[in-house]
Amino acid sequence: MHLSGHTLNGSEIFFECLRREHVEYIFGYPGGSLLKVYETLYEVQDIRHILVRHEQGATHMAEGYARATGKPGVVLVTSGPGATNTVTGIANAYMDSSPMVVFTGQVPSSLIGNDAFQEADIVGITRSITKHNFLVKDVKELALTIRKAFFLATTGRPGPVLIDMPKDVLNSSCAFHWPESVDIRGFKPTIKCHINQVEKAAHKIAKAKRPLLYIGGGVISAEASEELRAFAIKQNIPVTMTLQGLGAFPGNHPLSMGMLGMHGTYWSNQAVNACDVLIAVGARFDDRVTGKIDTFAPHAFKIHNDIDPTNVDKNIKVDLPIVGDAKDFLAVLLEETPNTVENREPWLAEIQSWREQCPLTYNMEDGALRTEFVIDEVSKQTAGHAVVVTDVGQHQMWTSQYYTFMNPRSIITSGGLGTMGFGLPAAIGAAFGITDRPVVLFCGDGGIMMNIQELVTAVHCKTPIKIFLINNSFLGMVRQWQELFHKEKYSFTDLADSNPDFIKVAEAFGCKALAAETPDAAKAAIKEALAYKDGPILVDFRVVKKDMVFPMVPAGGSISDMLLARLNPKTMV
Amino acid sequence: MKHIISVLVENKFGTLNRVATMFSARGFNLSSISIGETEDPEISRMTIVTFADDQIINQVIKQLNRLIDTIKVTDLTNQPHVERELLLMTLKLSKTQQHEIFELINVFKGKVVDIKQKSITIEVIGSPDKINTTIDIFKPYGIKELARSGAVAIHRGE
Repeated sequence: MHLSGHTLNGSEIFFECLRREHVEYIFGYPGGSLLKVYETLYEVQDIRHILVRHEQGATHMAEGYARATGKPGVVLVTSGPGATNTVTGIANAYMDSSPMVVFTGQVPSSLIGNDAFQEADIVGITRSITKHNFLVKDVKELALTIRKAFFLATTGRPGPVLIDMPKDVLNSSCAFHWPESVDIRGFKPTIKCHINQVEKAAHKIAKAKRPLLYIGGGVISAEASEELRAFAIKQNIPVTMTLQGLGAFPGNHPLSMGMLGMHGTYWSNQAVNACDVLIAVGARFDDRVTGKIDTFAPHAFKIHNDIDPTNVDKNIKVDLPIVGDAKDFLAVLLEETPNTVENREPWLAEIQSWREQCPLTYNMEDGALRTEFVIDEVSKQTAGHAVVVTDVGQHQMWTSQYYTFMNPRSIITSGGLGTMGFGLPAAIGAAFGITDRPVVLFCGDGGIMMNIQELVTAVHCKTPIKIFLINNSFLGMVRQWQELFHKEKYSFTDLADSNPDFIKVAEAFGCKALAAETPDAAKAAIKEALAYKDGPILVDFRVVKKDMVFPMVPAGGSISDMLLARLNPKTMV
Repeated sequence: MKHIISVLVENKFGTLNRVATMFSARGFNLSSISIGETEDPEISRMTIVTFADDQIINQVIKQLNRLIDTIKVTDLTNQPHVERELLLMTLKLSKTQQHEIFELINVFKGKVVDIKQKSITIEVIGSPDKINTTIDIFKPYGIKELARSGAVAIHRGE
């Protein structure tokens, strides 16, 4: 407040605005168009700048931080290549609805459009992968633009917002005024659900014999886990979750069914098939969840609550759409449903029988080290309370199956975009936000190479992340599809001859590293890694090469047609 | 089915691009789009003509609403509205057909905006259907160039 009315330059205004938005961390990388900002930053004490080694890393770190804390992640990069390097991270945050504000430097206003050195039309490039973006043309607009960007990124369905700041805007000065409130006439998200609609839902649910809650990441964004738990228990309704929804309901509760969809549990998908009322909350009927649309939940009356009206009736026609915040929806639903509950024991017993019929299992007989074992063991040793970050691929799906998530904001994973290389930087970002729980990363040997440079950032900042490298020397998920659907042509997925020695790589970066090749060694290494506090630690788990993730619904298939095991046993290990 | 959608948007640079990008990114049909300032200089009105079934048009309208620079979206298709398009067209002019051409201009309530030795430029205003018919009818006389504005539309007053 003390600076209000004072004449400040654009860079000073930038930091003053970040203070007003309570920003703790900036993930950034300097460059020509941002020299003034970095000059000001040199004296800034109260906001910590984390120097990344590639701008993509900054975006994933910001997203990891945002997902772990619920606060918007902040990225600062220079113009041109600095800006274009953020594209994948922005697209990732957009697909997974993570709040993020990306600041890009830009060439001076007078040079825009002239193909100037390090010029890229980043506002044009990111238009379809941001919730909104801005080019600031006058320093007088800077404060209001930053205010708007944080408001948009965190209000309604969260998402990334980009602000492009030309060099001359950052250099010129004006009187600083912080807008206390912000009003954007084209942005009025519906937060409160229509009460009549919720009453209808309550009525339908109360009478349901085989209801099922289908919970997505929206419940976590809305901080609605308490309401969900109270409602599910009060109404005795089983809960299945999407990849992003895991942790919204405690994984060890008898009503928890784990994940549904392509690699979901057998009993979840059978329950979707058989339920009479499906209550989707903060989920978007993604193709990885529904499989073949026509056969998805064919007997169910479908209720769909989502904060974004475009998600309603997008992939699937629902019977009762309810636009609004998940927290409001579940809280009102909790009040509106009667205390006397329809007898759901037969339904729960049926689910239990599916659970017994096809439990999640893996081979523990042959003494080989398997990913499932590693994840299972980490789940046990952390009692399901770690913040778990994953990369993309087989290990990601096994994480959904074998880690028992006990809390919301505990799985940080690239769901929508499926970005390999997301995991390592996202874990680093998460560890800046969360210091009272271990942050563990499961990452494949393919994905870790996609942003390996950020290991320096973790070492330099002594970020105590546990990097559990699931090393099968294969691009395992692609290999799995090649085996199942592409005539076993393992085209460019075998990395055995080209992978580096990950222990040496880690050590060269200054990171402690261990290797494990047997279940016993893995158990001990996990214990050691979890106890290690002095910066990052990497464990290279050399797991079997050709395991596959089951159950699996082939793309476009009905979720009732799950593959439960390998078609051709001769291709085993 | 054809839909005519009227959209009030912030009169800022890039807004037209945002709308057009959204249509192409989502794979929606965009038959025509026109934009101009309204009585409030901060607001522009866009008229969009698109072909879509009920489910898609629902998404089109929701996705338009979702854009931050969009203030109001109205599907005029099933409401009382006026829809007009402007056609400017230059035709070859020959002595033998001159008479016929002038008659046809009258039939379509067109106006001659320019005339030269060997060509004539006319304007015709009407519904996009009428503009289509006009073009079909004049084609045999030799169209040198034409420009269509795309439809603009407005709700009828009460």
